[in-house]
Amino acid sequence: MCLAIPMVLVERNEFEGVAEIDGVQRRISVMYVPEAEVGDYVLVHAGFAIGQVDADEAAKTLELLREYSDSMVEL
Amino acid sequence: MSTSPFKDPAAMAAILDELRDEAEKLERRVTLMEVCGTHTHSVAGAGLRRLMPEKVRLISGPGCPVCVTPVDYLDRALALAVLPGNVICTFGDLMRVPSSSVSLEHARAEGARVEVVYSPRDALDMARANPDQQVIFLAVGFETTVPTIAGTLAEAEADGVPNFLILPGNKTMPQVMRVLVDDPDLDVDGFLLPGHVSVITGWQLFEFLIEDFDVSGVVAGFLPTDVAQGVLALVRQAVEGKAEIGNVYGRVVTAAGNTRARELVDRFFEPSDEVWRGFGTVPGSGLGLRPEFDHRNATLIEVTVPPPAEPVGCRCGDVLRGVIDPPECPLFDAGCDPDTAIGACMVSSEGTCAAWYRHERWAEGAGL
Amino acid sequence: MKGPDRVLLAHGGGGHLTRRLVEELFLPAFQNPHLATLTDAAVLPEMPPGRPALSTDAFVVDPPIFSGGDLGCLSICGTVNDLAMSGARPLWLTWALILEEGADGDLLETCVRGAARAAEDAGVKVVAGDTKVVPRGKGDGLFAVTAGLGVVPPGRDVSDTHIETGDVILVSGPIGDHGATVLAHRHDLLAPGLRSDCAPLAGLVETLLDSGAAVRALHDPTRGGVVTVCHEVAGRSGAKVVLEEKALPVRREVTGVCDLLGLDPLALACEGRALAWVAADDADRAFNAMRSHPLGAESEIIGHMETAVAGAPPVVMKTRVGGERPLDLLSGLDLPRIC
Repeated sequence: MCLAIPMVLVERNEFEGVAEIDGVQRRISVMYVPEAEVGDYVLVHAGFAIGQVDADEAAKTLELLREYSDSMVEL
Repeated sequence: MSTSPFKDPAAMAAILDELRDEAEKLERRVTLMEVCGTHTHSVAGAGLRRLMPEKVRLISGPGCPVCVTPVDYLDRALALAVLPGNVICTFGDLMRVPSSSVSLEHARAEGARVEVVYSPRDALDMARANPDQQVIFLAVGFETTVPTIAGTLAEAEADGVPNFLILPGNKTMPQVMRVLVDDPDLDVDGFLLPGHVSVITGWQLFEFLIEDFDVSGVVAGFLPTDVAQGVLALVRQAVEGKAEIGNVYGRVVTAAGNTRARELVDRFFEPSDEVWRGFGTVPGSGLGLRPEFDHRNATLIEVTVPPPAEPVGCRCGDVLRGVIDPPECPLFDAGCDPDTAIGACMVSSEGTCAAWYRHERWAEGAGL
Repeated sequence: MKGPDRVLLAHGGGGHLTRRLVEELFLPAFQNPHLATLTDAAVLPEMPPGRPALSTDAFVVDPPIFSGGDLGCLSICGTVNDLAMSGARPLWLTWALILEEGADGDLLETCVRGAARAAEDAGVKVVAGDTKVVPRGKGDGLFAVTAGLGVVPPGRDVSDTHIETGDVILVSGPIGDHGATVLAHRHDLLAPGLRSDCAPLAGLVETLLDSGAAVRALHDPTRGGVVTVCHEVAGRSGAKVVLEEKALPVRREVTGVCDLLGLDPLALACEGRALAWVAADDADRAFNAMRSHPLGAESEIIGHMETAVAGAPPVVMKTRVGGERPLDLLSGLDLPRIC
């Protein structure tokens, strides 16, 4: 039970913010992600950002997936 | 037509190839359990179960908060819904769950005020907009969701909104996982750990699996490649014969999780003994409102609740414990189906039985 | 064209206010000689040759005004499209309204304008109508009920019973736009790029049929979305529907709404899209014909028909990651979920 999606933070003040995914925006509570800045990706569940997406970790995962994908092409 | 790398067929094929190679090295079939309804949904939605190697058996545990919500909770919610002046707000997941009598959906058709909300804050907004109504939010869900309820309560307190209450029904994972691992009928080699619960709790919460039980756990996300990577990591552990807590969802899951969220949850909630459908009471597995928030606690409202009636023949409990597959329940597709659900496992769109009915039921018929 | 500021019970009473409503709002909006006679029934010219086709629909959308349309346009397009999907050329429509006492006059006017514009775009005439007003609290603003009469030209026979194994399935554009628009509004999601696809499809259908491609069947995926239509087709044709996930056109905003609320674009309503079942040999011809029409500019080939296997799922989708999943029908409403 975890329908949470990564969205980009487009606006914020201390507690309230607006996040966006695929051109869809929603107001959300950002009380649990005090360090997230506009432009960062946050994980949104039931109208709350519950965590921040770690850009470095995300890049590592994407790199790994790219390697997997390329390995198939080479066959 | 998204080109998400997490749904890239080539990457997926490569991970599955590696999974198949690793699985070849296994001496026996391993049983891996996921304990998150969203994982059940992801596996079914991508058609993954059929892509798993022979020696890897993927089963579903009690990861659906709707399925494990006891009938008594629904009965109480219904009793509150029919009292004049009350508005019940709920996540959509609960609308069609059968109680001892009817579902919330039926109750609404009969005149009860029931509203589906996307966020508990929407329920608080409704309370603000309707000061003459008592808005009661059905607080279900696991560790991922509790902070959203705590956050809403904090807002209600700060803004002095008196007519917003909750009916506490949230549950936590570790205690029931201990029960599962202890169960002699169940032989789980490893857990696919819930990715978003872990965002809040941190993966350290699950270290008890290796410390006390020598059972593996890997935290995984929900996109197809996430799930495949999680299964691959678990199989690798099985091959090496080493139980570890792994994390393939590092982009959002850390060891320590979200401390701020847990602190606020702690301000409002305390552990309670909670009934899980199919398990009975699991001590310390629920979250009750602290006494200083009695004014927010709808459990204290006096209503007449019928003695809970579990449907005859329903084996939801055994399905939730992973002891049987849905077709082994006598009611599966024989009176119990998504349109006429008897047990909650069938109602929730990702309840094990519903997911099986929608996606797996055909596999037997087609000889796959 | 001018309507009242607010709807009163008397507007449905048949007397002076009703007459004013008709003369000042409906007649100028729909502008045709049949309606202007204001007789009890519209006596129409002789039908063109062919078989008559008749369809009816009721419309209860909430909100009644949304990005890309309104209840008025929706009601006209809905019936026009039902006729078009049967291979009929839509000719004459009726339009009946049930209004709630106290409904806002601007809402009524917007819907009337929307209906009028849609009728003009579709090349149909609204030749008869009716208005009733229910007391406050007994209606949801406004409901519309339409009926439409068209004619299926001689020699044309569009039906699921003609579908064969190997036939391809085309869609005229991205799916779920209307459903996602309405849901976004309901759940406070802001999506400026998202609008309903509400549109009359008769012209697109004629272009497709004129191409000479062997079109077996046509359907518009309204309530229940693409998945519901596929189940109906599988049932009536006796064959299995196989969709390709990677070929499905879905706007990014629709994906966003679905991801946020936990929904499936295949289950969301479209109000201006056609699904066409075409003989495999004519796939390219049909594709090009659809793409040549403005309402089919984003058409795609999204699947094909296979022989049904007893006991196996009638509708499946090949997933993007190489798996296959049966597509089950929805149970009741599709509700936003957290799980």
